[in-house]
Amino acid sequence: MTIQEAPDRATLVEIYRRMTLIKQNDERFRAVIKSGKLVMPYYSPRGQETIPAAISVSLSDDDYICTIYRGIHDMIAKGVPLNALWAELAGRVTGTCKGKGGPMHITHPDSGVMVTTGIVGSSMPIANGLALAAQIRGEKRVAVAYFGDGASNIGAFHESLNLASVWKLPVVFVCQNNGYAEHTRYAYGTSVANIAERAASYQMPGFTVDGNDPVAMYRAARTAIERARDGGGPTLIEAKTFRFHGHVFGDADAYMEAGEKDAWIAKDPVPALRRRLIEAGHATEDDLAKMEAAIEGQIDEAVAFALDSAYPDLAELGRDIYKDEVAV
Amino acid sequence: MSKQLDKINTIGAVNLALDDAMAADANVIVLGEDVGDKECGGIVGVTKGLSTKYGDARVRSTPISEQAIIGAAIGAAIVGMRPVAEIMLMNFTTVAMDMIVNHAAKLRFMSGGQTHVPLVIRTMTGAGFGTGGQHADYLEAWFAHTAGIKVVAPSNPADAYGLMLSCIADDDPCLFIENMPTYWNPGAAPERGVAIPLGKANVLRAGTDVTLISYSRRVQECAVVAENLAKEGISVELIDLRTISPLDTDTILTSVARTGRAVVVHEAVKPFGVGAEIASRIYEALFSELKAPVQRVGAVHCPVPYSKPLEEAFVPGLKEIEAAVRATLA
Repeated sequence: MTIQEAPDRATLVEIYRRMTLIKQNDERFRAVIKSGKLVMPYYSPRGQETIPAAISVSLSDDDYICTIYRGIHDMIAKGVPLNALWAELAGRVTGTCKGKGGPMHITHPDSGVMVTTGIVGSSMPIANGLALAAQIRGEKRVAVAYFGDGASNIGAFHESLNLASVWKLPVVFVCQNNGYAEHTRYAYGTSVANIAERAASYQMPGFTVDGNDPVAMYRAARTAIERARDGGGPTLIEAKTFRFHGHVFGDADAYMEAGEKDAWIAKDPVPALRRRLIEAGHATEDDLAKMEAAIEGQIDEAVAFALDSAYPDLAELGRDIYKDEVAV
Repeated sequence: MSKQLDKINTIGAVNLALDDAMAADANVIVLGEDVGDKECGGIVGVTKGLSTKYGDARVRSTPISEQAIIGAAIGAAIVGMRPVAEIMLMNFTTVAMDMIVNHAAKLRFMSGGQTHVPLVIRTMTGAGFGTGGQHADYLEAWFAHTAGIKVVAPSNPADAYGLMLSCIADDDPCLFIENMPTYWNPGAAPERGVAIPLGKANVLRAGTDVTLISYSRRVQECAVVAENLAKEGISVELIDLRTISPLDTDTILTSVARTGRAVVVHEAVKPFGVGAEIASRIYEALFSELKAPVQRVGAVHCPVPYSKPLEEAFVPGLKEIEAAVRATLA
């Protein structure tokens, strides 16, 4: 049974705040990469902002997420502070991981971001373990595993959903189906029309949701999160969406059909929610302009903080391999 | 703690270590295929009795899903549990390599020390039971090659107990290799509650002519060779590494600096193996002091064969070890 309650005014505005925080950061990442001041492999999540924004408003800092290389939106939505995030992308010692992880391995336990993996499908087995610990300890925490449509074809997906179902783990599997597994179209590599259909194989609820609709995403997320928190076990949510900037920064999109991307960009979920908030009287143009300006200010500060920070000491090569430092 | 035993086999010793660790720390959990008592407490009974004693929440039989087993153990370890995950056979680690190598071993480093993975992976292996090419490989060199995971390989029941206690208490992931064909061999019982430190080799026998270096089951063959050669007046110093990575280079070099001769023995195939690493470390430090080239003894570079004569010829035995020792004295 899906929760039908719509997000209230404050929640919807908060979803928008998280979405625009992701969008504005993404725009700046790409601008600073183009300027040459930031060199990193970048998997833009632009276009997929709604999904983690609408999910994370129903999570607390105590709830866990595991995400993937295209996961910076998931981290920002969950609350990773911008200064430390930018510094990590810049490989600086002030980064979340002292510059030792980079964009594909952001970790920030204080905001519940426990693992970011560069391996397709590997967020799911570990999210199960986070959920297992919560279950054994009788905690009410929930773990969310984010992954893409391509990951639903790797063995880890099937092993993880089966185990989570057998053990009734408090985990929510969130597939961000953006239509492409790297350069391969969804239908070329996936046997089902909707990934959520695979939930039936593991006796868990599966929802296919318009991932760019904040209300539908919010309802599905709350349904799954509350089910997990109440001991009901896992849920698979498939959020249909689209990535605006291809697989990796610099992608020329040569594998896409003409017009496909433009059609999605025309339905950009961020300005769409902005218009909706104003039309519904949930916020004024002035409110949102102030919010966006404040975010720009935070990003200005984060960029400066990151680029002004020092690189890690070379001794870091021998640290954090084991508990005790080793000679290198 | 109950009565002190005189003799114990490795099955009993590992069971006892798990039991003692679970009794001492509620964060210790056990998961793997068949580990619960409804499933007979493991395929050879290493975890027998634990689910009955500590409950099904802490001792969990799993589906045959190695990625899911290690993934669940990693996730639980990150948030403070101390999972002991069983991958029944070492060859089955291959289907969980992403979880072990890309995640368990690297998360401490990649997170800049914010998270760590106090995980033990128990696994068994070893030739001798006619299990053929996919159930008996020694793959420790793969794991020793990976920074961030410790590789532990006891040679006898008492060491298995003490090293397992250390692995469970360790804040980093440990791969714990148990030799299957010698599981049932009795040995001296361990001292209850006493851990054996990781990364420290054990000089099993003092000697002056040749240093014999081994780990896991082949230590037992090395001990026989050392005893036999002693009758001829050849004095062999036998080092049981106990931990393969981190390697106790100091103990090795101290010994070889005295004897001037070294032989490394393992059941894993010889090329690109742990023996090559040890030989290289000896050469780098002691080249001019060596009286003979370092000898390596390992299995033939082929899949573990099935047919008995082939299997016996595949693994290094007393004859090969003795010949290698004599070669350093020639």
